[in-house]
Amino acid sequence: MMSVTQDARTQIPVTVLTGYLGAGKTTLLNRILTENHGQRYAVIVNEFGEVGIDNDLLVESDEEIFEMNNGCICCTVRGDLIRTVQNLMKRKGAFDAIIVETTGVADPAPVAQTFFMDDDVRASARLDAVVAVVDARHVLQRLEDTEEAEDQVAFADVILINKTDLVSPEELANVEARVRSINPYAVLHRSERCEVDIAKVLDRGAFDLDRILSLDPHFLEHGVHADACGPDCDHDHHDHEHGHHDHDHGHHHHHEGGTHSVKSISLRAGDINPDMFFPWINQVTQVQGANILRLKGILAFKDDPQRYVIQGVHMIVEGDHQRDWKADEPRESRLVFIGRDLNWDVLKDSFQACVAE
Amino acid sequence: MPTVAPVDVDGFVVRAGFLKTCAYFASGEGGITLSGSGERTLQPHKAGLLAAVPARDGKALITSGDDGCIYLNGTDGSSELLAERPRKWIDLIASGPSGAVAFASGRTAWVRLADGSEKEFAHERAVGGLAFAPKGLRLAVSRYDGATLWWAGTVGAPVELSWKGAHLGTSYSPDGKYLVTAMQENALHGWRLTDGQDMRMTGYPAKVKSFSWSVKGRYLATSGANAAILWPFFGKTGPMGQAPLQLGTRGDNLVSAVACHPKEEVAAVGYQDGMVLMCRFEDSAEVLLRRPGKGPVSTLDWDTDGTRLAFGTETGEAGIISLED
Repeated sequence: MMSVTQDARTQIPVTVLTGYLGAGKTTLLNRILTENHGQRYAVIVNEFGEVGIDNDLLVESDEEIFEMNNGCICCTVRGDLIRTVQNLMKRKGAFDAIIVETTGVADPAPVAQTFFMDDDVRASARLDAVVAVVDARHVLQRLEDTEEAEDQVAFADVILINKTDLVSPEELANVEARVRSINPYAVLHRSERCEVDIAKVLDRGAFDLDRILSLDPHFLEHGVHADACGPDCDHDHHDHEHGHHDHDHGHHHHHEGGTHSVKSISLRAGDINPDMFFPWINQVTQVQGANILRLKGILAFKDDPQRYVIQGVHMIVEGDHQRDWKADEPRESRLVFIGRDLNWDVLKDSFQACVAE
Repeated sequence: MPTVAPVDVDGFVVRAGFLKTCAYFASGEGGITLSGSGERTLQPHKAGLLAAVPARDGKALITSGDDGCIYLNGTDGSSELLAERPRKWIDLIASGPSGAVAFASGRTAWVRLADGSEKEFAHERAVGGLAFAPKGLRLAVSRYDGATLWWAGTVGAPVELSWKGAHLGTSYSPDGKYLVTAMQENALHGWRLTDGQDMRMTGYPAKVKSFSWSVKGRYLATSGANAAILWPFFGKTGPMGQAPLQLGTRGDNLVSAVACHPKEEVAAVGYQDGMVLMCRFEDSAEVLLRRPGKGPVSTLDWDTDGTRLAFGTETGEAGIISLED
């Protein structure tokens, strides 16, 4: 399902907030809405919201999962979101961006897939980022108890570790390490009462192919972690990057003691043969799509002066040429997967088979 | 020569048409512009307007909005509140016989009768569309995995029609023999109501959002392809095993709205670029009614004589096209 992305300028950006009940989603939402930024938001919440939200354009929406009649079990979309976005488009001048707050147990994938699989939604709105709010005190237990909590962390582009004032520095380090072990590629922020610079949550362009810059674990954080933690932060930002140097061996970032099984893998190679790669990635996502939560890649195709970037959710993959490789930039192909029950060795070997002669 | 008289509308034109001789244009921003002898704009809803449908008697326009209100708007400028569901977005409405109005939000549909009494119809999954049968207080509710036919006036067991997937907009054939739904996938589904026979109408590159039955219900014209697709519903088996007519084919543009002429086998066809053509079934002859504009044609409807066509677009362009000078 390769396709070229729509013109982002005409599409309304959508931010999806996930997180367990009590983690602080609504607090973050209210912070976004009250901050003086001149943006007008349309807010879509689920019916179980218990905290008041003060916004002109507020829609309550029952989560409705639609399965697509294409024989694919992971091809699900949120029917209520399609309906709500279409209704919002009848008042296009009334807002600048959309925020979707999901229920605590929501699977983020159908929400995200809605913005890729429904042509009408895709024409009018674009997914900016999935933001997960986790409660520093309870997240470890949640991750043990439920697959949903793990999915939310694994799926996120931005993770807000909230209520850091309620845990000790050691506990916080444990939480961060555990979160990183599930998702090394998300940008991570710490907060108390969701006090975070809103600019770090909104307008991330996480699904925007033009903005895939690099695929180092938490690459974006290198530019911002100083102000995220404060200059006197004594936290070792590298202690959880275990195995960082093993990437070319397909190191599995996973938590040995975890009950659940989300892992990430990073594949590296030099120039790739596109005639091998496209059939391979299509086959991988067709066959194993249900287990692939997210994938991102930057590829150097043989004899191609431009970087080719791809991103995907389950079976949906989109890719496009991005820009020329810079002269001082090594032509390296990188592909990262976050998923569950994937055969990493097979993935690695079959990816290596795509290397150009 | 057809002439186009533009009408100023502020916002996405949700529905345009005629109440007797008065043209109406309902905007997503909430305004209802009436253009008869002079122009006036009503603003009954507190905020946005989500749906509009003319009453069966053709004397008033029923509208619903994100304020949870349903209004009956007369050509005299009156607006009567028919029903209210605070905090709900009412985005589906249908008009029935004897002043009955159906409306829905989320998984629930309601019918309000002319005497003000209301009846609630709950569904397990989302309601996608509403349509009253041509005769009797029979309400079809399209929903996830099929459709349900309710008796709105009496107590009676509903009829469940099953077909996997999400069913959205729905329409009865004018003879009441068929129910058709547009699906989340790019396809139509139909049921022959006498025996529940399923019909699948596929091959669309986009979702079908606009339906219109031709004179005497012989064809169902639909949007969603690069031509208006007209399925034959005459004969015993309807469209089964038959190829549809394709009118107004364009290589580079999808049809976004259709409206069959009330008297002739002719359809008005609106496109994504704002162009409107009139196409004859018999020989596919075409007449240009409007040149491309700024945005997709969102709504089209004829007056009862078939001499004037009201149109509106997603970008707020609207007007009345007259076939006679």
